[in-house]
This record gives sequence, C-alpha cells and structure tokens, in this order.
Amino acid sequence: METKKLALGLLVAGMLGTVATAQAVDTRARFMAANCSYCHGTDGRSSGAIPSLAGLDAKYFVDQMKAFRDGSRPATVMGKHASGYTDAEYEAMAKYFAAIKP
Amino acid sequence: MSFDRRDFLKASAGAAGAVSLGTLSGCASTATVGGAMPKIVVVGAGFGGATFTRYMKLWTPGVEITVIEPNAQFVSCPTSNEVLAGLSQMQDITRPYDNIKKIADRWVADTVVAIDPDKRTVKTAGGQTFAYDRLILAGGIEILFDKVEGYDAEAQKTVMHAWKAGPQTATLRKQLEAMPDGGVFVMSVPRAPYRCPPGPYERACLVSFYFKQAKPRSKVIVLDGNEDIASKKGLFLAAWKKHYGYGTDKSMIDYRPNNMPRSVNARTMMVGTEFDDVKGDVINVVPPMRAAEICGMAGVRDASNGTWCTIDFTTFESKVVPNVHVLGDSTLTNFPKSGSVANNTAKMCAYGLSEIFAGRQPDPAPVVTNTCYSASTNSTAFHVATVYRWDAKTKSMVPPKNANGVSKEESELELAYMRSWKENVLNDTLAL
Repeated sequence: METKKLALGLLVAGMLGTVATAQAVDTRARFMAANCSYCHGTDGRSSGAIPSLAGLDAKYFVDQMKAFRDGSRPATVMGKHASGYTDAEYEAMAKYFAAIKP
Repeated sequence: MSFDRRDFLKASAGAAGAVSLGTLSGCASTATVGGAMPKIVVVGAGFGGATFTRYMKLWTPGVEITVIEPNAQFVSCPTSNEVLAGLSQMQDITRPYDNIKKIADRWVADTVVAIDPDKRTVKTAGGQTFAYDRLILAGGIEILFDKVEGYDAEAQKTVMHAWKAGPQTATLRKQLEAMPDGGVFVMSVPRAPYRCPPGPYERACLVSFYFKQAKPRSKVIVLDGNEDIASKKGLFLAAWKKHYGYGTDKSMIDYRPNNMPRSVNARTMMVGTEFDDVKGDVINVVPPMRAAEICGMAGVRDASNGTWCTIDFTTFESKVVPNVHVLGDSTLTNFPKSGSVANNTAKMCAYGLSEIFAGRQPDPAPVVTNTCYSASTNSTAFHVATVYRWDAKTKSMVPPKNANGVSKEESELELAYMRSWKENVLNDTLAL
C-alpha cells in the first residue's frame, strides 16, 4: 500500500538523520481521497456494487468526475459529490488513486 | 492491513527519537508528555474513534494511541433496522475489533469514569490513569431516560430504544416476532438534533415490511417529537404510500407529528404524549439524547443548554477545552449525525493533527462529506448526499451549488449501493 510505504519511508528518513520534507506526500490529496473510502473502500478498493477507484487511469477519473458534475453521466450520489470539488482537486485525487495497485 | 506491524514497530523503535526531533521541533504549540511523540487517548471505538485510530496511525505512525472501549465487538447502528425486520441477523451487523486492536498501541477494555483536562489525564473504572497530549472523545450519545416519566430501570427491561445497536436490537426483534398478528407497534422519534435523522422513518418502513409479510393486520404508530418528518421527507412519504398504504384507510403506518413521548408505563404498555395515551403491544421509545457522558466529564458540552459539543472544523478540537477533540454524534454541527460523517470527520481530525505534528498548520479549508442510505423495503433504498466545504465569509461548512441532495426515487440499484457502502464503511473503519 503506497501510503504505508511512504509512512515507513518517513521513518527511514528519520533514522538516517534527514528531515522529512512537507513535499514528501500531498497530504491534502491523500485526505480528500480518504473522503471517498467509506463508500469506495479503503484506498479505493471496493467490496460489492460500488466501483473501485484504485488504479483508475487519471484522465478517466477526471473525465468521469466532470461528467457527473455536468450530468452527462447519469448517477445516484455522484452528481452531488462531484459538485463539491474543484477541477484541481479532481486532478489531485485522480493522481492518488492512479498510483494505487488495484 | 497489509503492512507488517512487527516490521513497523522495529523501524519505529529505532527511529522514534529522530522522527520526533525532525517533525516536532518546529512546532512550539505541540506540548507532549515527556517530550516524546504525542500521546493520544481515544475514548470510544465506534465509527469516529476507530476510524481516527486507523488513519492517525497511517498518517503519523509515530504517535502513541491508547484506545479505551468497553465493548468486545463492534455492532453497527447503520442497517440495524434490517435486523428488526428479520432481513438480516445480529452477526451481519457485528464485526471484530481484532485489526484495530493491532493498530492501536494499547487497547483498554474499560469505561472512562473521570477526565481531568488541566492535568490531561483520563481515569477508568478499573482504576487505571492515562496521560494524554490529545484526547479524542468519540463516545456517541447518552440517552436521557429521565426525560421520559416512568422510563426507569425496571421499564427499560421491557421498553427498548434500540438506538444503540446491540442487545437492544436483538431484544426488540424478539418482541416483534412474538407480537401477534393485529398487534400495534408504537415507536417514537426524538426532537432534532438526534443520532441518524432518517433512522426512525426507515424503521417505520422496515417494521411495516416485516408486518406486511408475517402479520399483515398489524400497525405501526409513529410518535414524532418533531413537527414533521425530519429527513428525506418526500422519499419516505412516497415509500409509505407505495408499499404500506399510507394515506388510505388500510395504512399500516399511523404517523403523528408533534407527539413527543412524555411517559411510558411498561405494565400497561402505554406511551403518554401531551395529547393522549397510546397503547402498544410492543413499544419502542427513543428518549431525548445528548453528547456522550465522557463529554460531560471533560466539560465540552458547551452548546444547546449543555447537551452537544461545538468544535473547530480544522481539527475537531473542542471550542471550550484545549487538546480535547470531539468526533461523531457528540458534536453539534450542520452535518447529520451519521456513520459516514463520523468516519469522514475522524479522518479530518487525523489529517489536522498530522499536519500539526509535522510542524505545519492544519488545512484552513477542510472538505468533508456525507452519504447516507435508507432502505424502504427488502429490495429498495434511497440516499442523501452532501459535500461540505469551509466558507471563509460565513465561517461555516457550506455545500457548494448542486453538492447537496436526495434520490429522485427509491431504486434497487441504491439498495445494492447501500449494501456495498455497509461493507466498505465497516472495513474502512475497522481495518478489516
């Protein structure tokens, strides 16, 4: 799991005496991606009918969010969720999920 | 969790000193016990406390977390109405704490009896005392039996609230099973704000569904303390009409707004309101509620005549007691008191504290969400979904345009999503 590797990386960096930088992880993107997980599963690995997000192509993710927002892709809850984030946030979440192995 | 905890512990044992120097030296506001990594005590391992524990350790592995939780297993309130209807069993809403126990540094199966916010200590019934840098209060709700005359310890043996899932749920199911056909089920809705706004109306649906199959001459009387259906009104009314004859003389549901239960009598099986006395074969009174007992101990029930807790949205820190954070149903916000909100806002708290422990400011513009499904039959459901964002102008969490709304209508697809949500939220919360 990518985030855990990063967490361990921070510890290893600490052991070597180097200070972990703020840029090591986009913590805001990581948090916003975690907003999705109570429906889509931890790190976007879903159980059941709700689609998984892990490993989705980043462009596909962003395109779907835009389609949910403008209504061109019919949805139940996703029109509302997509309307709550900016394009830059779609990109940040897309990058996060694309980096996770499905 | 796929991460091997033993490897992590080995790494963290060697690295703890360097990490704490590297990440904390820049943050003068982070006072710690003995100068080590922050010690966090979490009281309550429901959707809020368990999610917080998991994500806090994921995002800042070096913190030391003690979880104090008296229950041996997690029992989910969401979907517990399906157990009342016989559509699922207690085991379907029960999950083990095994994995979240492994993530916590210390797990204490006990109840908190005292909190000293000045000394920053928590004392348990078993006589143990734990010091904290940050205290996370995730105790859910306290049910105020004394607000309903006659709802004493003896009456509580017969009259269930079933607003905390567990033995109450199992007992109420047995009572409904034992009720003869033609019987009357009297249930109540407390005044808002209360845990799970759509829950009572879903309960009316699913108990009616059970009666329709198993004892079709029976009735459900809903005594609502509110002046109207408090959540998903159009959807519930449509479901009541479509499936349970609401609005006709054959209606299974008798809905009575402005009917706050004032008294119960478990011998005569009567519920008293301001207007009249209602007799039931099974009665299910949900009394008024407030933030959990532990919030009273910490002095953080600052809102609505000392019933609920106000928080800062960036970290969920209490507005009145520093270093005490309140999660889930105990808080007073414009979010519904739902499992999804408890899960999501626990992550907000973990994210905010992770930023602080790393020597940064917490995100000044938090974004959190709610998604809440209600079942209307054994095969249909509907939702409310909302995204809340910080609005600097009004200093509040506001849904952007189109980011708040409910289903157009009930559907089988949404029941499939509800089932998937249940698995995913329980797995996410408990690291299953």
